[in-house]
Amino acid sequence: MTDATGRAVSEANLAMGAHATGMLEESPFAVPSKKLVMWLFIISDAVTFAALLMGYGYLRNANPNWPEPFKFSPSIVNVMLMTFVLITSSLTMLIGLRAAKAGDKSGALLWTFITVGGGILFALLHIREWRGLIGEGVRLFENPWGAPLFGASFFSITGLHLLHVIGGVVALVVVGLGYKRGRYNSDDLEVWTLYWHFVDLVWMFVVPFVYLLNVAR
Amino acid sequence: METAGRDSGGLKTYIVVYLCLLALAGLQFLLAYHHAEGEQLFLRMLSVALLQAGLAVMFFMHLRSERRNLRLSLALSTIFVLAMMNMVWSDSFRLLHFRLLK
Repeated sequence: MTDATGRAVSEANLAMGAHATGMLEESPFAVPSKKLVMWLFIISDAVTFAALLMGYGYLRNANPNWPEPFKFSPSIVNVMLMTFVLITSSLTMLIGLRAAKAGDKSGALLWTFITVGGGILFALLHIREWRGLIGEGVRLFENPWGAPLFGASFFSITGLHLLHVIGGVVALVVVGLGYKRGRYNSDDLEVWTLYWHFVDLVWMFVVPFVYLLNVAR
Repeated sequence: METAGRDSGGLKTYIVVYLCLLALAGLQFLLAYHHAEGEQLFLRMLSVALLQAGLAVMFFMHLRSERRNLRLSLALSTIFVLAMMNMVWSDSFRLLHFRLLK
């Protein structure tokens, strides 16, 4: 198949969004369109989290009796472990992507599923953290310590982040299996690698503002 | 069709950045138990978080090796929205003073 200028147009290029009847449209940023879409999604999701954190900051600043419930053990130790797991999973995903770009399919799959394991471990540790707080009496609109909205703001921010982690785990499993079958290629893996790094990036802001500014002294 | 891999660096670079991210996270945990409180602690935490984010975006997400117009487009739009959101702070201080005066 050729375009209007006589250049060959592959089916893969058509699948990437080129028009069948006209010339290939160059991306203005010289990246595949799916990668650009993921970047745009990341920007929109980043400002969503920023809005949640700003709202949280507003409430915390405006309440003189904002709770500071996070004891070093078990809460902060748990958070340290979660941070380590998530940052390490970003590295393992990068190693997987490098393998994919180099054509090492089995290496790419191995590191992708190690990343999935890291994501699952993070989610389990997070749920353990939640259970601890719920056990201490934290609910959405009440808690034993102070401002009633502490629970709602805490659970909504960390809950939305946890949802992103779980979504990322599911996506990586789907794309990993698709990559193994030949349905997806390394570009698809790269797109979801971007998403996974974004999830890690959000956690780098959640930890200091939600946990570390409220440690029990 | 696979695009050629744009790499911000080799495996060594990734490991160095990874260790920097861990070190910065460790610094945040240390700062939390340091004597600084309130605004000073918040600004320190924010600075470290921004540094971590910069490293992750530039090296892990390979934005450093993308075209400058992509970097500018993404960064400027994000910074603009974040700057607009910052208008809420004066109202939170007003509410705090109102509650303290009650």
